[in-house]
Amino acid sequence: MNAGSFILNILILGVPFSVALLLAGLGETINQRSGVFNLGCEGIMAMGAFLAFLPPYFLAKTPLAPSANLIGILLAVAAGALLGLLFALVVVTFRAPQGIAGIGLQMLGWGTAGTLFRRYVGGVTGVTGIPSLPIPGLSRIPILGPILFNHNPLVYLAFLLVPVFWYILFKTPWGLKVRAVGTYPRAADSLGIPVARVRYQALALGGAMAGLAGAYLSLAQAKMFADDLIAGRGFIAVALVYFGRWNPVGIMGGALLFSLAQSLQLSIQVAGIDFPYEFAVMLPYALVIVVLALVRKARMVGPAELGKPFDREQRV
Amino acid sequence: MQFEPIRSLELRGITKRFPGILACDHIDLAVGEHSVRALVGENGAGKTTLMNILMGLYQPDEGSILLNGREVRFRSPNDAFAHGIGMVHQHFMLVPNMTVTENVALGMKSTHRPFRLDLGAARKRIREVSERHELPVNPDAYVWQLSVGEQQRVELVKTLCLGARFLILDEPTSALTPQETDELIELLKKMSRELSVIFISHKLHEVKALSDTVSILRRGRIVFEGRTEDHSPADLAALMTGHEVALPCVECSDAAPAEGRGLLSVRDLRVRGDRGNLALDGLSFDVAAGEILGLAGVSGNGQRELAETLNGLRKPESGSVLLDGAELGGRGADAVIASGMGYIPEDRNTEGIVPSFSIRENLVLKDVGTVDWSRGGFLRLGPIARNAADLRERFDIRCPSVDTAAGSLSGGNIQKVILARELARKPKALVAVYPTRGLDMGAEEFIHKQLLALRAAGVGILLVSEELDEIMNLSDRIAVIYKGRILKVVPGRDATKRSLGLLMAGVLDE
Ligand SMILES: Nc1ncnc2c1ncn2[C@@H]1O[C@H](COP(=O)(O)OP(=O)(O)OP(=O)(O)O)[C@@H](O)[C@H]1O
Ligand SMILES: [Mg+2]
Repeated sequence: MNAGSFILNILILGVPFSVALLLAGLGETINQRSGVFNLGCEGIMAMGAFLAFLPPYFLAKTPLAPSANLIGILLAVAAGALLGLLFALVVVTFRAPQGIAGIGLQMLGWGTAGTLFRRYVGGVTGVTGIPSLPIPGLSRIPILGPILFNHNPLVYLAFLLVPVFWYILFKTPWGLKVRAVGTYPRAADSLGIPVARVRYQALALGGAMAGLAGAYLSLAQAKMFADDLIAGRGFIAVALVYFGRWNPVGIMGGALLFSLAQSLQLSIQVAGIDFPYEFAVMLPYALVIVVLALVRKARMVGPAELGKPFDREQRV
Repeated sequence: MQFEPIRSLELRGITKRFPGILACDHIDLAVGEHSVRALVGENGAGKTTLMNILMGLYQPDEGSILLNGREVRFRSPNDAFAHGIGMVHQHFMLVPNMTVTENVALGMKSTHRPFRLDLGAARKRIREVSERHELPVNPDAYVWQLSVGEQQRVELVKTLCLGARFLILDEPTSALTPQETDELIELLKKMSRELSVIFISHKLHEVKALSDTVSILRRGRIVFEGRTEDHSPADLAALMTGHEVALPCVECSDAAPAEGRGLLSVRDLRVRGDRGNLALDGLSFDVAAGEILGLAGVSGNGQRELAETLNGLRKPESGSVLLDGAELGGRGADAVIASGMGYIPEDRNTEGIVPSFSIRENLVLKDVGTVDWSRGGFLRLGPIARNAADLRERFDIRCPSVDTAAGSLSGGNIQKVILARELARKPKALVAVYPTRGLDMGAEEFIHKQLLALRAAGVGILLVSEELDEIMNLSDRIAVIYKGRILKVVPGRDATKRSLGLLMAGVLDE
């Protein structure tokens, strides 16, 4: 195999790999901009992946089969939003510490999905999954075509959502409120912005995105469900939000960087290059740690009140 | 935006309790059209709480609000805005990582289009308001880039942009320079022809200059109400604190400054600020034992960096800091504390105390490792509690109990906690930065007395302040800082406001 096609392969693989991180990361950006970090992202993704997998699995032989994927995705998104609201209830209304509550949600989602899967499905079973949809014309451009325009629809959706989320955050009234309640909730409150409600909305949207990210993993990327399908991607997504400085464009950069490292390590293994595969597998994760450590402190950018509950009548 | 004009606003029997504290105790207050009502009172008297109730931020436990004679209920600030009431809060309510325009748009609901934020409309409104009232602001600046004075202006513009015609100003001048204060008072005077204003301040000359009527609040109750012109500042101060207030001054104290070599000597200090600029550029001075050296200057000329460097919180590039012969430059805060330096920091909430710790704990925070407060790795709770009870008494710290979180106290009482701790440690030298900012007359008098008592006890004090009265009253010598250097040192008794003002502006005429 020559170097050119080796690199092309890494790029072609890397783009779809980044999608789950990108979707979850965009959602987590909204969470964190509103002042709440949701470590439970991983758990929501597990539930999303599992629920999205169910319709195609059970409806395969019924007349509903053609729309099974869509039903699965909607189910995952709805469940994600609900779990986001549940999380909001715990951390916004009851003011539970967000880190602990997030770990709880992660275990809840992961455990529930795994248990239900073993109980009602069991074993490793594949689904047809979401077929790819080459974009007519564009997909035949040399090099760029296969890298960018020969994927399943969710890939295109994810990348289209980057400018959409950017617009929401920086150009809509709701985005303005989200940023305000995350940075200085007392100021937002003094202007009549309902801090708790905005945080609920942000967490619902963030949860829905995590659910969608899970659905992508089971229906488009792996085309199957397994206990360890998410494999820490939810946590990586949380880390990427810091890396991307709470900006959708930055998140996209982070997601691509991580997934290219991922696809590089896979390619190394596949190409049979003599390199201890344990180290290859570590590569993307090590990269995240190194990059996070190198990122300059983001002063005056992100949500200053991240992680702190708000109580109007509480001074401290 | 069309509101019914506010001809009268009346608070009746407003009562608000916080855990362990009756913050407002059946308060009645009425304000008429086109008038300025001053609201004064000691720290913790309940002024801010009352205004937050009026804005719908707090719900009163009892009492009602009447607007033009009709009862209204404000469940959120939106209800208050809807009636044309607006407030400039004691602490800035500006989101630092957003622009001025965005901050205004946040409250201007008319800019909230379904899928689009109409920043153009907000910018236009800002322009209108700032031209009309001659309040220049840059709509595209980020709030964190603005000086304190500019932020104060933005707050005012923001409140006016939201259509306020009944303006509540909670200590709007406490962080302004004297010139900025004068400008604001002039502006408010002009504006009061069209609006009604409630003006909260601890500075009685401002109250005299601006207000028609004055109400005095003490421990949650209105204790006095009257026309401002009938009362002198001294009368008002006495009514406010319950006793005659006479700010002490260094000349009236009998202890003469100890002559001799510098107790605290700073030589050629060069320090970088947060933005990498040289904030201190070859600064030198000496403070003798038993001397108060006042450091006058417009804030932002290196005062903060100097205070931080002297206390081991910032590393100097070069130069030396000697306390009683020991080099402190570049050593950590622990070494500085151990060598007998006391510090009253500028930002009392984030530097002077741990807000969530109790008063008791905050009072021993600096020496908790010493045998006085701990033994064998365990806290000695008995002595710590006795210490707290004793200092609470001596410094008149108003609190429900010494177990209360220090952060829940009013500003003046937090300052007393810090002062109590620093003075009880018996320091050799003390750096006091804006020690009376935001404090009431009584607290100011008390703190000034304590500083003079320390001076008499042989402590060398560096007093950083923008209040010329404070500096001139207390200092043996006055050093003027300008752009990171000492421009000139003058004996306290020779200084006049005018000469200091010129020096602070960087004018050095011989
Ligand atoms: N959210 C709160 N929780 C608990 N106690 C509070 C709260 N807000 C105010 N208090 C207490 O109520 C009393 C009145 O406080 P308030 O802030 O109204 O005083 P103030 O007159 O504005 O004082 P200052 O001049 O220092 O601003 C104080 O004793 C304060 O400790
Ligand atoms: Mg107050």
